[in-house]
Amino acid sequence: MTEENKNKPMIKMDNVHKSFGPKKVLQGFDLSIAKGKSLVIIGGSGTGKSVALKCILGILKPDQGSITVDGAEITSLSNRELKPILAKIGMLFQGAALFDSIPVWQNVAFGLIQGKGMNKQDAREIAIEKLRRVGLTPDVGDLSPAELSGGMQKRVGLARAIASEPEIIFFDEPTTGLDPIMADVINDLIVECVQELGATTLSITHDMASARKIADRIAMLYQGQIIWEGDKSEIDTSGNDYVDQFIHGRADGPIQMQLLKP
Amino acid sequence: MTNPFATIGRVFISALAEIGRLSRFAAIATVHIARPPIYWRLALQQMWLIGYNSLPVVGLTALFTGAALAQQIFVGGSRFNAESVVPGVVVIAIVRELGPVLGGLMVAGRVSSAMAAELGTMRVTEQIDALTTLSTDPINYLVVPRLIAAVLTLPLLVLVANIIGVLGGFIIGTERLGLNAGTYLQVTADFLEQADVVSSMWKAAVFGFIIALMGSYHGYNSRGGAQGVGKATTNAVVSAFIMILLANLIITVIVFGNQV
Repeated sequence: MTEENKNKPMIKMDNVHKSFGPKKVLQGFDLSIAKGKSLVIIGGSGTGKSVALKCILGILKPDQGSITVDGAEITSLSNRELKPILAKIGMLFQGAALFDSIPVWQNVAFGLIQGKGMNKQDAREIAIEKLRRVGLTPDVGDLSPAELSGGMQKRVGLARAIASEPEIIFFDEPTTGLDPIMADVINDLIVECVQELGATTLSITHDMASARKIADRIAMLYQGQIIWEGDKSEIDTSGNDYVDQFIHGRADGPIQMQLLKP
Repeated sequence: MTNPFATIGRVFISALAEIGRLSRFAAIATVHIARPPIYWRLALQQMWLIGYNSLPVVGLTALFTGAALAQQIFVGGSRFNAESVVPGVVVIAIVRELGPVLGGLMVAGRVSSAMAAELGTMRVTEQIDALTTLSTDPINYLVVPRLIAAVLTLPLLVLVANIIGVLGGFIIGTERLGLNAGTYLQVTADFLEQADVVSSMWKAAVFGFIIALMGSYHGYNSRGGAQGVGKATTNAVVSAFIMILLANLIITVIVFGNQV
């Protein structure tokens, strides 16, 4: 790989706007993630974190702006043209989003069987291997997702996200709904798996402990824009009142919750 | 003060927008049928759920309706000594109208709601988004198998419903009304034409498309958690009912409108 390629951003979003009716969610959203780096977007509920992720996945089409993944502009692509790009991406969903109609191992192997056309026997072996990687025994593979605890579902979701060894992984609030110890276990797993794959990752969370653990860089989203971005080590000395208020979890500050406004 | 014209306009515009969204969804789904991959295993699974599991309810509906129909026609016909028309009217009414319509409505009640609930839950728990991230087109994986299964299965179900409906009339006719069994079957066969059966099958296929389309559309586009899924389920059944009855009227007028 040439030096130039190394510095080329894996994911780049430029001046992305997205509205739902009169509600402007993203208003000039800029973001750039270098290959092999982990960016965590922090921000309050309803600030547009999930919308940004769904724009990169092509599930939502931005109203304007440019999004490139590994150098390819994706905003103008049809669903069919998006497929090879999506094949590079794995995602761990907030509620794990496991398919409840099929057993756990088929969930993990889903992208291999349906997406890549691998035969079931080989895919099952890989699925069992990935389950072991996230600390689950092979017998879990035959259970239904509904029989698993929240922590186990997250592990299975992680196994499914890494099963096809993607170059890019998205984590949508990976620790939400878990107790602090299980959250830390999942954070450790995420860091290990990402390092093994050398993947580029984009995470969204409002759990600062998780952000500090899995991030190389942290960006703060407020009112549809990135208002601060820096290395993880700079987060405590950002000098940004919004960031300070968020990471210390204070009700008073420049960010006012808009719950009670009519 | 609200302007009544504004209210009417708003309702009209939102109704048009809904029709537009539904048409777009139907067009996308239809285009995807022609685009591989087609998940035949899932389609077979759906055929089992839609077809085999609906047999009892569709069969019973047809049996009771055919029987009640024979009784009523006998009573009405006997006023002018026309008891002998019972088998003919029963078979025409069942095959042309009641078999497909009642069969379609019963399956819509069972299947559109189940589809809307399943796809709606998959939507709100992000399982549909997860499909996209696993290189699988959710329309191909979820909607196309349901459409194919319903369109292929409904004609078979309605065929069975027609036979059982005629059987219902036959049982009442021979056991209770004293009609001759051989004559009953002979008159039934004389009255029934191939065109009746063909139009019955066409209706069933169209109703199958409506059932799967409404279940999929409302489920696929549901939002807002458990309440949203509940709403999607209700809307799927109600809209499937109305569209089946409307489609039935249109097909009947087209096929039989010129016969005098």
